Amino acid sequence: MRHGTFTRRLLYWLSVVAGLVLAIVPLPEWLSPVRPDLALLAVIYFILTSPRIAGLGSAWLTGLLLDVLRGMTLGQHALAFVLVAFLAHRAQLRMRMFPIPHQAAAVMVLLAVYHFVIFWTDGLTGHGYTGWNRWLPVLSGALLWPVIVAAGDTLTRRSR
Amino acid sequence: MVELSHDSRPIIGRGPPLGATFLTLAVASIALMVADKRYDQLAQVREWLSSAVYPVQVAVDLPFRAWDWVTGSFADRSRLRQENLELTARVRLANLQLQRFAALEDENLRLRDMRENSAGVAERVLVAAILNVDLDPFRHRVLLDKGAADGVFKGQAVLDAEGIFGQVAQVHARTAEVILISDAEHAIPVQSNRSGLRTIAVGTGDSNQMSLPFVTVESDLKVGDLLISTGIGGVFPRGYPVAEVTRVERSPAATFAVVDARPTARLERNREVLLVWFDPPVTVLDEEQARVDAAAAAAAAAEAAEPAAAPAPRPPPASPAERPQ
Repeated sequence: MRHGTFTRRLLYWLSVVAGLVLAIVPLPEWLSPVRPDLALLAVIYFILTSPRIAGLGSAWLTGLLLDVLRGMTLGQHALAFVLVAFLAHRAQLRMRMFPIPHQAAAVMVLLAVYHFVIFWTDGLTGHGYTGWNRWLPVLSGALLWPVIVAAGDTLTRRSR
Repeated sequence: MVELSHDSRPIIGRGPPLGATFLTLAVASIALMVADKRYDQLAQVREWLSSAVYPVQVAVDLPFRAWDWVTGSFADRSRLRQENLELTARVRLANLQLQRFAALEDENLRLRDMRENSAGVAERVLVAAILNVDLDPFRHRVLLDKGAADGVFKGQAVLDAEGIFGQVAQVHARTAEVILISDAEHAIPVQSNRSGLRTIAVGTGDSNQMSLPFVTVESDLKVGDLLISTGIGGVFPRGYPVAEVTRVERSPAATFAVVDARPTARLERNREVLLVWFDPPVTVLDEEQARVDAAAAAAAAAEAAEPAAAPAPRPPPASPAERPQ
């Protein structure tokens, strides 16, 4: 394993853990529904830049940990994560060539898929919250994408 | 455009095919969901995983706790004195009331003994702090810093100084997840303190509002009535305030009145709550049992008519008021 790969791997797991922590940090009530899914955005970013490090298994594990952290039915976020990771891997060659606004739009589609899976499995397991504001993280995540890319590129520049 | 790493080749064509991995993991997730939700088989796995994420939860909570500590230790003298005076005054008042209540409680117990109905009275309490951790914003759940290691059990009643707060939904080794009475999935049997009318209060997902869906138009219930817990179902101790009725609308055409209530517990602002151990009612009068059955039947009928309707508690004393999942 080359040195750069190791650093990248470390950065990947660190950013995933940071995303998980930020997923449960308390926010003011009005801000809480807007909270972007940073762990998922980190996974997508690493799938686009270094797909051999960010595989489906790690995405699945991240989702499972999110399930435990949030006290949801085990497997809900895991399923959504693995589906998004699969789609991102399939679209990876195209997506990473997109200009940033175009890429943010593609990420928005992925986030919409993610939230649809959560919404759907929520409904199946009996917690159906159907308010419009549960879809807000799709928008906030897409708006945040340029920041994620900038931060990620700065962080990983040394390990390229 | 994102910057690529030195090895940014896709994983397609390397290792097991992407689609196969995806299918395996997706099936695994669905199997997990079914095992967790339908068969409740994953208690052990959940416990391991929650032990794994416990440090994360503590790390998130720590800065908030440290801030509380700092503001507490550097509070200025005059404020502390002021607070101390207020608290002393409140304790005096509370003691005065307690003296009266002690006599009343004795009398009440004697009367209850005569009716052969020893009600559940809270016996042992444990103070637990709510961890500063956000769970799902659309479900009313909080995480406590006490878990199985402290003897917390699933279905345990949680109170605060003003009334009933919720019940324990999941127990982990060092933490416990509490479902608040305002969660849309929660239902609690209540009784009007004024008229003695028994019904069920269900959460709405709004922490300032509960709804009483099974109150008939003719029922004796007024705005301002205090709803207290009945102890039926064996989850909550009897006689603690739950909510205050804020709205009663009776339409002559409808069978049920539209009744809203505001929880008395401070569901949004609380930092500390009480976990309660109590003797569940030993004998439930047949009359009460019959009423619960009727309420459960009404709930079942309403649920059949409207799938989204909230659940009713099951009659056996051991089962929690929350719908079994």
